[in-house]
Amino acid sequence: MAGFKLETRVWPGAYGDEARPRMGFFTDTSVCIGCKACEVACKEWNDVPASLNGFTGDSYDNTIDLGADTWRHVAFVEQRKPVDLDPSGPDGTTLAQTAALGGLAGEAGLQTYQDGEGMRWLMASDVCKHCTHAACLDVCPTGALFRTEFGTVVVQEDVCNGCGYCVPACPFGVLDQREDDGRVWKCTLCYDRLKEDMEPACAQACPTDSIQFGELGDLRDRAEDRLAQLQDAGLEEARLYGADADDGVGGFGAFFLLLDEPEAYRLPPDPVDTVRDLKGIWGAAGAAALALGGGLAAAVLRGRR
Amino acid sequence: MGSNMAEQHPVGFQWVVEAKERGAQVIHVDPRYTRTSAIADRHVALRPGTDIAFLGGIINHILSTGSEFREYVQHFTNAPVILKEEFRDTEQLDGLFSGWQADDGLYKVESWGYRGTEGELTAGKSEQSGDVSGDQAHGAHGMKLPHGEPPEVDIELEHPMCVFQVLKRHFARYTPEEVERICGVPAQRLTAVAQALCDNSGPDRTAAICYAVGWTQHTTGVQTIRAASIIQLLLGNIGRPGGGILALRGHANIQGSTDIPTLYDILPGYIPMPHPESGDDLDRFVDDNGPDTGAWGGLDTYMTSLLKAWFGDAATEDNHFGFGWIPKIDGDHSHYAALTRMIDGRCKGFFAVGQNPVVGSANARMVRKALRSLEWLVVRDLTEVETATFWRSDAPEIEDGELRTEDIATEVFFLPAAAHTEKAGSFTNTQRLLQWRHKALEPPADCRSESWFMYHLGRRIRERLADSPLERDRPLRALTWDYPTEGPQDEPDPEAVLQEINGRHADGSFVAKYQDLKADGSTTCGSWIHAGIYADGVNQAARRKPHTEQNWIAPQWGWAWPSNRRILYNRASAKPDGTPWSERKKYVWWDADARQWTSLGDDPDFVGDRPPDYEPPEDAKGMDAIRGHTPFIVHPDGLGWLFAPSGLVDGPLPTHYEPHESPAANPLYATGVNPTRQLLDDETNPFHRSDGEAGAEAFPFVLTTYRLTEHHTAGGMSRTVAYLSELQPEPFVEVSPELAQLRGLEHAGWATIVTARSAIEARVMVTDRITPLTVDGRVVHQVGLPYHWGPNGLVKGDAANELLAQVLDLNTHISEYKSATCDVRPGRRPRGPARLALVEEYRRRGHVVRESRHDSRGGAEDG
Repeated sequence: MAGFKLETRVWPGAYGDEARPRMGFFTDTSVCIGCKACEVACKEWNDVPASLNGFTGDSYDNTIDLGADTWRHVAFVEQRKPVDLDPSGPDGTTLAQTAALGGLAGEAGLQTYQDGEGMRWLMASDVCKHCTHAACLDVCPTGALFRTEFGTVVVQEDVCNGCGYCVPACPFGVLDQREDDGRVWKCTLCYDRLKEDMEPACAQACPTDSIQFGELGDLRDRAEDRLAQLQDAGLEEARLYGADADDGVGGFGAFFLLLDEPEAYRLPPDPVDTVRDLKGIWGAAGAAALALGGGLAAAVLRGRR
Repeated sequence: MGSNMAEQHPVGFQWVVEAKERGAQVIHVDPRYTRTSAIADRHVALRPGTDIAFLGGIINHILSTGSEFREYVQHFTNAPVILKEEFRDTEQLDGLFSGWQADDGLYKVESWGYRGTEGELTAGKSEQSGDVSGDQAHGAHGMKLPHGEPPEVDIELEHPMCVFQVLKRHFARYTPEEVERICGVPAQRLTAVAQALCDNSGPDRTAAICYAVGWTQHTTGVQTIRAASIIQLLLGNIGRPGGGILALRGHANIQGSTDIPTLYDILPGYIPMPHPESGDDLDRFVDDNGPDTGAWGGLDTYMTSLLKAWFGDAATEDNHFGFGWIPKIDGDHSHYAALTRMIDGRCKGFFAVGQNPVVGSANARMVRKALRSLEWLVVRDLTEVETATFWRSDAPEIEDGELRTEDIATEVFFLPAAAHTEKAGSFTNTQRLLQWRHKALEPPADCRSESWFMYHLGRRIRERLADSPLERDRPLRALTWDYPTEGPQDEPDPEAVLQEINGRHADGSFVAKYQDLKADGSTTCGSWIHAGIYADGVNQAARRKPHTEQNWIAPQWGWAWPSNRRILYNRASAKPDGTPWSERKKYVWWDADARQWTSLGDDPDFVGDRPPDYEPPEDAKGMDAIRGHTPFIVHPDGLGWLFAPSGLVDGPLPTHYEPHESPAANPLYATGVNPTRQLLDDETNPFHRSDGEAGAEAFPFVLTTYRLTEHHTAGGMSRTVAYLSELQPEPFVEVSPELAQLRGLEHAGWATIVTARSAIEARVMVTDRITPLTVDGRVVHQVGLPYHWGPNGLVKGDAANELLAQVLDLNTHISEYKSATCDVRPGRRPRGPARLALVEEYRRRGHVVRESRHDSRGGAEDG
């Protein structure tokens, strides 16, 4: 998708010559092995507190969700899926049976990819999306949240006053306050490392390159190629999530390749920039106020009569 | 198979992911659907402990369809070798091979030999010394063959007693249907996997097999790996790029600690530990342990150079280079045997170094009993692991009120250790590659490296003994113990140790390769397989030339033993005539013009100028006796052994035996369980009955234990780290929805798991990833238990190893952690004396037994 629009409202324009290429993550969940090295590397580098939640019973996920103390989060999705049944074969025959009959073991019919014996286990490392249209930025009254020269969205811990406006503004529920003083913490895309030309900690730790870091335009090209490869292999449900500039947040700076619909990973299917319609809303509210005021005035005037 | 590579070796698994991107097909055969299965093309679930049956099914498929790589098998393996008339197979003796001695529960192995090699085997001395494995380790170096050639062969593979035909008959009954009956794997599924392997092997293609402790931790561990070797030899997948059998090791440097061993029965470089009958006679040791032919023909040079490295000028020809000073092995001194001796009061002291047996070894209760019986215990670890605190109030016996701390007399010393970032040294990985790591910071406070501890301990002892007139102190006084030290803590210089390992010529220059070693005392070498790691005075293991600046073999990244060889037996990548099997799999070949073996960049694992048509003269010895076409140079015949005439205690061929505790009877033989298995007897170590015996129904489910990515083995490196602990904070038991329903287990609730050893509790994880299997018409349920937790650390819980028995593979003395039987009940376990009462009730209902096999509590006192 070369030539894809990357610009945000302030990047690169506001930075002039100091603007750097827009950097981001492409998280290819098809090669995620759920090792959680990203979670640990993130916490180590950014000194994020541990969050001992105990045993959740939610597959192998015990950190529950993204939050003030979890900036990378690996979701584990166990799905019962009768993938072993061959729709083209006689009733009840498995792919293995069909393949054995046809002497085709190892050929296309047996390629079930991430699918096992009637189930699959999806793993995906979630992170702040660094949206092109980031509502959290727009609602922040102190300027603690800002768009960096890399096009990423960062909270400045020494400016944040803990008002919490950004929390409901995020369509993904990423922004979260710590209980101690109410300040908000989230992925910085390792802003400090980027400034030193270093890769973010999670991407560096990822053993299978499920988390890829780079210039957003390059990543999108790479993701398109990978998607085509998987779809050619018969994974029709594979899709990119957050790579579309026309979506509700103008595309993500950290986008994903998913093997199922976003809801399967507990991700919103159609996220919307929560302040996108603010102008319209204020306009409508203003008109309503005017109308109401007019009506009141009329009523008062009428009452005086 | 037998490996959960994505979870246990996530960093190495990147190469599997990359291979998959490039078109490789990944098949995962494992009882559980794991994170490895999730990324594999195919997952096949099988019953724990039935891997040999599954592999046997593949072998049968290869042989019955004629899919073997014929030319490779004919010339590179011992398929054509004719066996002795008197050899009898398990198929003829209902589960036993010929040579079975019921009285001592061992085999006499003479009948397993090649025809025409009467009495030449070095194994079978076990009656003299009482240690089987040590002797068989001698035997593993093979038999003596005149000029390296088996006396009788049939190259057409048709003689009824040639290995190929014996193999065919042996595996004929492992049909897909029989495999289904044993393993619970649908017949078609086995056939599909077997065919996929066949399709991906041959001149143009290769397939690799990865395994780990899922294979080794059984009473049939070694034979399972042998079964894989047979497949890979039949398909021509050894010694060729993309092939092989990869033993994935459990820690970063377990391979290194095998090569330069922390094991009790071998010396550096796999030289057997001498037995008392060798006495002070080096020549006799060499004669008993080294075959005359093949790479082990150089044993005299390896051993002499080792002695010169250890004893320096004190080692002279007159005193057999100090051979008499080396301790002699007089019995089974493996980990578990040592524990039984502690219980008997015969072993009085114990060093646990980087090891937490109270959580990591089978039957934790028996381990603690052993530790309580000691006079002293030294624990060196990063954190205060349970082995150092077995006497505290949270140890199960004390918590339950059976014992009081004040009644435990063991004196315990805890010495904090330096982490790998706080010391320099090398890591050796699965492919024998040594990679040097540098120290990042000084260890804090009293923490010290292992080499610091060993060096300074040795130094202080030697200072005390400096004037000792006693002969028994002579070896310690004779040791070269003069490593330079550095830094504020007087850390011995690890490069100096590496230099000693590499070895030197008499003039002080470094030896470049093991072939340079001499038996006359003019060379030193601390580990012959590592000779050359410091060649040219350079730490070769520290080389870091990126793959972008060299070819894909990357010989200048680190250093692989021996001689920086990246693929062992790589002469097999060329045809018998020396030309490559195919352009695609070209690797090492004979350059007829230059009259040299050459390669894409690896070190040819052969005599460099030995032509493919070379035939040894009658009196040839050592490498001169290796024929020009036989790649497996560590064997005296240069052949890959489909049939192992020596080296193993439990048979020359793998065959299916049930686990010691099994929910199924062996449908193949009357001798249903490995007859040589080792059983240690103690009141804490009773065994369950298996299927078909009264009482078996008390423990109806298969229990298997394993690790998770998030924790490190017995937890010493992870349960104290908050960022890891939060990821898997509590012990849990994985069960299928069917078993949960059967036993009334509630997801995320509690369950109690019971064996005759103990009862523990864990949170319940109901998951489709654990599947019930249909075995011989019955449903067998599996219970999966990660084993990382114990009473210490940020996250605590009962240790799974409380449940397991000490039941061992006699070849290796490794315990059957992967397959036992158990019961599961809803709810938390009883507290106090009620726990033991529950276990007692199960013991009664289960008619549990105590039994002793190869429980060698004879021998000298340790201490």
